[in-house]
Amino acid sequence: MYPPEEKVRLGLDLKGGVHMVLRVQTDDALRIETETSMERVREVLEVRSIGVGAMAMESPTRFRIESISPAQDAEFRAITDEQLLVLYRRESGAGGRYAFEMRPNMAVSLREESVRQALQTIERRVNELGVNEPIVAPHGVGGDQILVQLPGVSDVARAKEIIRSTALLELKLVEQGPAISRETLLQANGGRLPDGMEVVPGTDDTLTPGAAPQSVFYLVRRVAAITGRDLRTARSTLDEYNQPAVSFLLNGDGARKFGDITSQNIGRQLAIILDGRVYSAPRIESRITDEGRITGYFSQEEAADLGLVLRSGALPASLTYLEERRVGPTLGADSVRAGILASVTGLLLVAFFMLVYYKLAGINAILSVALNLLILLGVMAYLNATMTLPGIAGFILTIGMGIDSNVLIFERIKEELASAKNVRLAVAAGFDRVFLTILDTHVASLIAAAFLFQFGTGPIRGFATTLFFGLLSNVFTAVFVSRTLFETILARRRVARLSI
Amino acid sequence: MQIFKTPNINFFRWRWQALGVSTIVILVGVSTIWSGGGLPLGIDFSGGTAVVLRFEERTPEEAVRMAISSVEGEKVVQQYGDPTENEVLIRLPQIAEETGASLEQGANSVVEAIESAGLGEFEVQSTDIVGPVIGRELQQKGIYATLAALAGILIYVGIRFRFSFAVGAIAAVFHDILVTLTFLTVFGYELSLNVVAAILTITGYSVNDTIVIFDRVRENLRSMRRDKLELVVNRSVNQTLARTIITSATTSLAVLALFLFGGEVLHGFAFTMLVGIISGTYSTVFIAASTAVFVNERRANQQVSTAPGLTGGKKRSRRQKMKIRAS
Repeated sequence: MYPPEEKVRLGLDLKGGVHMVLRVQTDDALRIETETSMERVREVLEVRSIGVGAMAMESPTRFRIESISPAQDAEFRAITDEQLLVLYRRESGAGGRYAFEMRPNMAVSLREESVRQALQTIERRVNELGVNEPIVAPHGVGGDQILVQLPGVSDVARAKEIIRSTALLELKLVEQGPAISRETLLQANGGRLPDGMEVVPGTDDTLTPGAAPQSVFYLVRRVAAITGRDLRTARSTLDEYNQPAVSFLLNGDGARKFGDITSQNIGRQLAIILDGRVYSAPRIESRITDEGRITGYFSQEEAADLGLVLRSGALPASLTYLEERRVGPTLGADSVRAGILASVTGLLLVAFFMLVYYKLAGINAILSVALNLLILLGVMAYLNATMTLPGIAGFILTIGMGIDSNVLIFERIKEELASAKNVRLAVAAGFDRVFLTILDTHVASLIAAAFLFQFGTGPIRGFATTLFFGLLSNVFTAVFVSRTLFETILARRRVARLSI
Repeated sequence: MQIFKTPNINFFRWRWQALGVSTIVILVGVSTIWSGGGLPLGIDFSGGTAVVLRFEERTPEEAVRMAISSVEGEKVVQQYGDPTENEVLIRLPQIAEETGASLEQGANSVVEAIESAGLGEFEVQSTDIVGPVIGRELQQKGIYATLAALAGILIYVGIRFRFSFAVGAIAAVFHDILVTLTFLTVFGYELSLNVVAAILTITGYSVNDTIVIFDRVRENLRSMRRDKLELVVNRSVNQTLARTIITSATTSLAVLALFLFGGEVLHGFAFTMLVGIISGTYSTVFIAASTAVFVNERRANQQVSTAPGLTGGKKRSRRQKMKIRAS
């Protein structure tokens, strides 16, 4: 238990820091899954030369394929059976029209999986930030919320940016571009977006040499050649012009894929896309296997942060903030001071009252209350429980409850003394009679504390915890310790009158 | 030292007057809450943004109000805590669209506006931003927790004592919650998470007080078997009166220290506890016991009138006694 600064963990409200509740947009994960499935089927259908009309997503969990000719219907069914039926339910409509709807149980497990992944990713990022005793945990009843607590963090904006950035890295082959606008890019295709392609915005300074970087657009393959999952590690570095950049290393699987693609596409451009934005689109000079570099217009810190988020892996879905509470370090210190002042004053006031009212027996009460507080502090330290401002209030309430038990006992002893019993008998009777009452009152209060804990978020949990253990240890100190004290004194010498 | 010898006050004579006083207080509360358009919810439950700033030098609220006049929405600026601390609380309403970036926008624009207004050095003490989803969740959880705690206590008291006692205990608790809410509203406190925690604690405290008396009633019923329940209860209230008052006084002392020195964050909490303890003591003496007796009589009467003849009544009373002995 000693030293207290090390053993009793201070909550955010006493230490300063930030508390956030985030929601994982699990729809994102479903949309990505549906999109990937659709594109995979598109490629297989192309290879097997099965003609299809439009293919389009209708919702994050549903897409349709139109105009399958009756002659190829059986083959189409066989292919989709193989490719999709684990995840999707097939609905057939008129005129060779099919819709694929994600199975509900699959959707649920995908959502759960994405929350779990997000949790792990955030944990890794927070750990890399070097925060002391952070908390990253599931939160709430909806199953899609995550609680993040970062004690002692001062640059909250940066921490939030790092936690939040999706860091979805994709390397995609460029079909056309860069171009100044979307329209010029699509002119070659008669203004239509070709199947399996997409337009991604980016920044470029090569289009008009010497000019400032401008917004450009690229037409790229929808299916990524390499994604963030293929990364082994990433770190900030300097590029050939001594500008901050981020270099990355691919894992075995990724290196094999990258090697194939680069050797087959020498002379073409490969777009490095991060969170839906092209950072650069270098030309493939030769076969590359496991190393790459992202250049852009980074500051030193941006490059370091990007390396961090890439290392920790991409988030499976985007995040939104639902709640944020920041406590400045000075407010925390003020609260600690105020809490200690209030506790000490409370204890002194109560002690004074007990001494005046119960005289020598008051010492007994004060000892048992002090022991109660000591036990409570020990339990808190042992459980590694967090001390919050409401937790201090819980301490003060424990003083109140402890005194209450002693008052109950003392008043009863007085009554017993009044009915002319001798001192030892009166003390014994007092404790015996009151024991059940103390038990009943404590159980009722424990019920309230337990529900408080269940309901509690953050600081209030601290209150419920201190109250709960304060009540438990109070049963022990008030009934057992106080009685032993009385009986030890009474056994040593004959007492004719009790100072109570 | 003894303030009083075991007194002999007939609390039952005062029960209608007591009921009247409680009803008036609660009616005042209900009408205040009603005219104010519901309970004054803090941002924990309503959602919104609250920023506390500490200025180096004395800064009038009006200057802060002027500085942030460009920030959208209906803003509330008020002095926070002790005037010598130069602290100001700024509240912004809930942002309608719950998109990730805009949740913190209000807080950021307030800080920026004040920075550019040149009001001297300041420090952001705390920022609380609660989105509508969390606000709703906390509201639901708060109500659920209070009801569940009450049900739990009701069941416990029902098992350990009699059903009519449990009703008495719950009546007292409801009384205390309503009275506390009345005082909170009248004195302009907002319902925050801390205040709800205090209300739940009062629930425990109020039942605690009531159980002490009921315990005594149970004990006295053994020796005063022939007396009316009303008499037994009144005697028990008198016997435990010293304890009730002393405990309330000492607990109030501890909470008073919290109220005076615990800092602004715990002010609402301490105030709620203070009111709750006083109300709890009062309701223990005047509300809980008389409700228990009232419910007990009603049930006994019903049993007699539904059972044919006198034998039914006798059976009932025998059963009652057995139950008392068993418990």
